[in-house]
Amino acid sequence: MQHLKHRTNISAPRSPAPLLLTHPLIHPSTHPPVPPTLKTTLRQLTLPLLAILTAIVLTVPVIGFALDWNWAKIAAAYGGLLDGALFKRYAFSNTLVAAIPLMFTGLALALGFRTGVFNIGAPGQFLIGATCAVFVGYAIPLPPVIHPIAALTAGILGGAFWGAIPGYLKARFGSHEVINTIMLNYLAFFLQDWLVKNPMKDPNPGVIRTPEILQTAELFRFYDRLHIGLFLALLAAYGVWYLLNKTTLGYELRTVGSNPEAAKYAGMKLGRLTILSIALSGALAGLGGAVQILGVDHAMPVLYSSDYGFDAIPVALLGQNQPIGVILSAILFGALRNGSDLMQLRSGGAVSREVIFIVQAVILLFVAAPAIVRGLYRLKLPQSEIEKEGSLTRGWG
Amino acid sequence: MDDLTGFLKLALITATPIALGAYAGIMSERTGVVNIAIEGMMLTGAMVAQLAAMYLYQPLQGMFGDAAVLVSLLLGTIAGIGSGALLGGLHAVTSIRFKADQIISGTVINLLAWGVTGWVFQRWMTAGAPTAPGTFPRLPIPLLSQIPIVGDLFFNHQPLVYTMFLLTGILYYVLFFTPWGLHMRAVGEHPRAADTVGIKVNRVRYICTIVGGAIAGLAGVWLTLEQVGAFSLRMSAGRGFIALAAMIFGRWHPIGALGASLLFGLGTAIQIRAASLTATDSALALIPTQVYQAIPYLLTIVALAGLGGKATPPAASGQPYEGQKS
Repeated sequence: MQHLKHRTNISAPRSPAPLLLTHPLIHPSTHPPVPPTLKTTLRQLTLPLLAILTAIVLTVPVIGFALDWNWAKIAAAYGGLLDGALFKRYAFSNTLVAAIPLMFTGLALALGFRTGVFNIGAPGQFLIGATCAVFVGYAIPLPPVIHPIAALTAGILGGAFWGAIPGYLKARFGSHEVINTIMLNYLAFFLQDWLVKNPMKDPNPGVIRTPEILQTAELFRFYDRLHIGLFLALLAAYGVWYLLNKTTLGYELRTVGSNPEAAKYAGMKLGRLTILSIALSGALAGLGGAVQILGVDHAMPVLYSSDYGFDAIPVALLGQNQPIGVILSAILFGALRNGSDLMQLRSGGAVSREVIFIVQAVILLFVAAPAIVRGLYRLKLPQSEIEKEGSLTRGWG
Repeated sequence: MDDLTGFLKLALITATPIALGAYAGIMSERTGVVNIAIEGMMLTGAMVAQLAAMYLYQPLQGMFGDAAVLVSLLLGTIAGIGSGALLGGLHAVTSIRFKADQIISGTVINLLAWGVTGWVFQRWMTAGAPTAPGTFPRLPIPLLSQIPIVGDLFFNHQPLVYTMFLLTGILYYVLFFTPWGLHMRAVGEHPRAADTVGIKVNRVRYICTIVGGAIAGLAGVWLTLEQVGAFSLRMSAGRGFIALAAMIFGRWHPIGALGASLLFGLGTAIQIRAASLTATDSALALIPTQVYQAIPYLLTIVALAGLGGKATPPAASGQPYEGQKS
């Protein structure tokens, strides 16, 4: 009955599925993928592109209202958005710099969603990863190439550890990962707060932050502020894709994610896989924190930004939990982040940079509910991944 | 003794928005609609309530004189509740009508709330904005508030604390002792079966999600009109997510959620008191304040694991209902 319940509650398929597909072990997404052609790729991009366009058009009334419908000012505000995101000197490289941590945390969330854990803990794992990396970065002198590798490894281990805790608690006691990851976010925050104010504090009494990392630990910058963390993020995306699609472990993780009952029936070790999936997700978020410290910030203040962890949810969802999609949506969010700063500046402060959240929200809404876009443009769009899989996330289940 | 009463009272007060947020979650999730947007609904409720009270206060002074403070606070509260209901409606439409993933829909609302409140705050609530009426006064309940200790602890509060207790009872009664509550639970546990016996599944979900949004809006009102008296960016500061935790911790049950919220309230009270304690008491000063701050969160984790805390959500939680084509 347990596994039947899981199936019967999913919305009824639009066309009768072949009998084989209804077998609990054969989830549609586990079939060998059809290699994409240019045409299908373009069709898949239609929806996100239309969503982005519509979202930006929808900001016109918001921004217009804030600027009393003075078109010169409105043009200046949008010019600022574009310049800040793309066209100003170094704007695009800065957009990529802002996107790098989002790529890691987005991948972390996507991996979690695909393997059936709702990891709200990315902010905490990001913070712990950053803390471990900064410690190795300033306290342990090492030769050049080895130093950043050691610091990044520390970040990965820290994030994985912080993720493994709720994983263990879920596997051992059945306590819900959503609660525990939220709690661990706060605990990470207090731990970092104490560390930065006490044992890890820069001896200089004027500042409350850690010492700067040694030069040997810094990630190599190859164009203005752009650092090799970009390639690490691309590598991580490839790694996630490879793990999920090409390995037995990935297959097992996905099976646990899409149908735990079937996984148990097939003799997979549920507990071990649950811990592993959150730990891997945490490792990615932790690596993101380490990369941000070693590549951009070089020292850690109190209240170190954890927004990257929260932005991860929309980044992963907009990327439809696919590694390549996550990379692209992280770049978009990075662009919006940088652009909105300049937009606020150019509008003399009248347009708050927070406006960009509205754009993000509308994009996400349209991607999540393609029926809205289809209705709006009277289009016959292909069913998106989201609709095909029934549900992208699995609620609390 | 006075100190202890004050401490417990503080816990009760800080538990209020958490509990209200948790009830908002229970409303929608009992009918099978996952709501991670409580944070955004709270933030919007706080902003709209403050905005309305601010801009209505001066015009109302002409009409009501001294009573204008209360009238504008009341109208602000209604506006805050309304804005929460509106977002609840949006969540309902996207996740029921358009069958969007409910987690995404919730994320959309959170983002929207950050965006809209930021925009409105920058434009209408900074320099040059009219004066705000402040916060709700305490309303000691006659006679009951005269009882020593208990009177001050429970019957000498601002209005939303009472509302929280009232709502606990109402929600508990409605959920478990009325036909409507039975419908709610049926829709959340087994929508197909509910449909078969003639319950309008999606209508129940719409109503409960909207009412849930209204309650989340009220939780936001607490932030501005009961506590601070002003709005600031992202002032909900994660309380919506804590409310979610309280809801799950309380196992989707109003009284359980109240208990969990009180636990968080106690933790916050410890935090606030710890700051003054460490300054005077040398033995306690050795323990870093962060340890006090961490207590409620650690306690939740331990309690959840220790109680064998297998939380079982309503079975249909998170799943859109297609309806039977006949």
